[in-house]
Amino acid sequence: MIRVILPAQLRLLAQVNAEVQVEVAGPATVSSVLEALEARYPMLRGAIRDQVTGQRRPFVRFFACQEDITHQPADAALPEAVVTGAEPLLLVGAIAGGSGRR
Amino acid sequence: MSQIRLLVGTRKGAFILTADGKREKWDVSGPHFGGWELYHLKGSPADPNRIYASQSNGWFGQLIQRSSDGGKTWEPVGNKFAYDGVPGTHQWYDGTPHPWEFKRVWHLEPSLTDPDTVYAGIEDAALFRSSDGGQSWQELPGLRGHGSGPHWQPGAGGMCLHTIILDPSDAARIYIAISAAGAFRTDDGGATFRPINRGLRSEHIPDPTAEVGHCVHHVAMHPSRPGVLFMQKHWDVMRSDDAGDTWTEVSGNLPTDFGFTIDVHAHEPETIYVVPIKSDSEHYPMDGKLRVYRSRTGGQEWEPLTKGLPQNDCYVNVLRDAMAVDSLDSCGIYFGTTGGQVYGSADAGDSWNAIVHDLPAVLSVEVQTLP
Repeated sequence: MIRVILPAQLRLLAQVNAEVQVEVAGPATVSSVLEALEARYPMLRGAIRDQVTGQRRPFVRFFACQEDITHQPADAALPEAVVTGAEPLLLVGAIAGGSGRR
Repeated sequence: MSQIRLLVGTRKGAFILTADGKREKWDVSGPHFGGWELYHLKGSPADPNRIYASQSNGWFGQLIQRSSDGGKTWEPVGNKFAYDGVPGTHQWYDGTPHPWEFKRVWHLEPSLTDPDTVYAGIEDAALFRSSDGGQSWQELPGLRGHGSGPHWQPGAGGMCLHTIILDPSDAARIYIAISAAGAFRTDDGGATFRPINRGLRSEHIPDPTAEVGHCVHHVAMHPSRPGVLFMQKHWDVMRSDDAGDTWTEVSGNLPTDFGFTIDVHAHEPETIYVVPIKSDSEHYPMDGKLRVYRSRTGGQEWEPLTKGLPQNDCYVNVLRDAMAVDSLDSCGIYFGTTGGQVYGSADAGDSWNAIVHDLPAVLSVEVQTLP
């Protein structure tokens, strides 16, 4: 079971209070965790990565074991501590972004 | 007694304002989706309790929310907007080809007859339709397939399809407008579109009378006369009496003909409203006076409406989708400002009151007249 901590706005959207847990079939990677997360919480589809291109949204970052793993390949293996559930995978909304247009 | 429900989209959430037919005391509900940008909300004419909302932000992208109980509760529905086929390119600000990329939904237009059918105008400009209550979306590719798409360029606000008008007399006819490409019309339900910009003149493009490239800000139509259109262009207020085939300027005696929004009185098809804005570099009213201008002659002759509106030190803007009219006997008209006020008039604009003062910047206002 992989523990995932979502940013506050996505917790609200998914209607969850704290961290969520997902089961991953096969190797645990950022990509497989996101697939499991989106399958369980379909309202998160498109919020973390673009639904058409699959690209991570620019202001979403992935942290694990005090490391920023955002720029690792999405199919790279997650740290063992995350795989065993000792540590969570954190999805973080960067202190940036927003849109001032219209 | 009738009820009025205002659907207000703001920079930081949605608000629903309700009143009885007197329109004196208002109940404020919200923020819904607090912290998110709500570019637009609109109710279905076929089922007023069905409301669609466009929710987005710079971190987590675009969501579409749907309510089936008049905005009390909401559920997220489909938010996958995939362009039909290979998206191709349009022009970027520097003139280079730029791939079409989905950014957000600017406008949602529910079908006049089916609550589960709704159109979405998106950035980068394209028209989508859902026929399953917003669960899935398909592009109407005839618009970008018109052939001029590679030459469209974004305006300052992005290359957005911001206006969708469904013809109540002809289900196959839809008008749309894009900044900065212009207005387009389909007569075959979206299979094909053609530009309807003849008569527009825009000095900021190389050929001022080009077929496409005009920065149309908003278009309005009275449902009883679907062939008559009124347009607030970047500069110039225009009208067409032939379904957009040709346009004539009707700015007349307006103090400035720059602006964003335009609307038509619910019962008087020749009575129209605009909010003049000083200029394209100064997005606020002239002289610090917030004035709605009304023409009872379909343009040319305009009168300022000021009673109840701030006439000193007012420097807010009124955006393109931020004005709406109700259909009570004494027509109500409403508009929201970037300063967070929503003003309402229960007497067709003769006098105004601030329904709310301190919302986040208002992006859109729609009104539902309920039995």
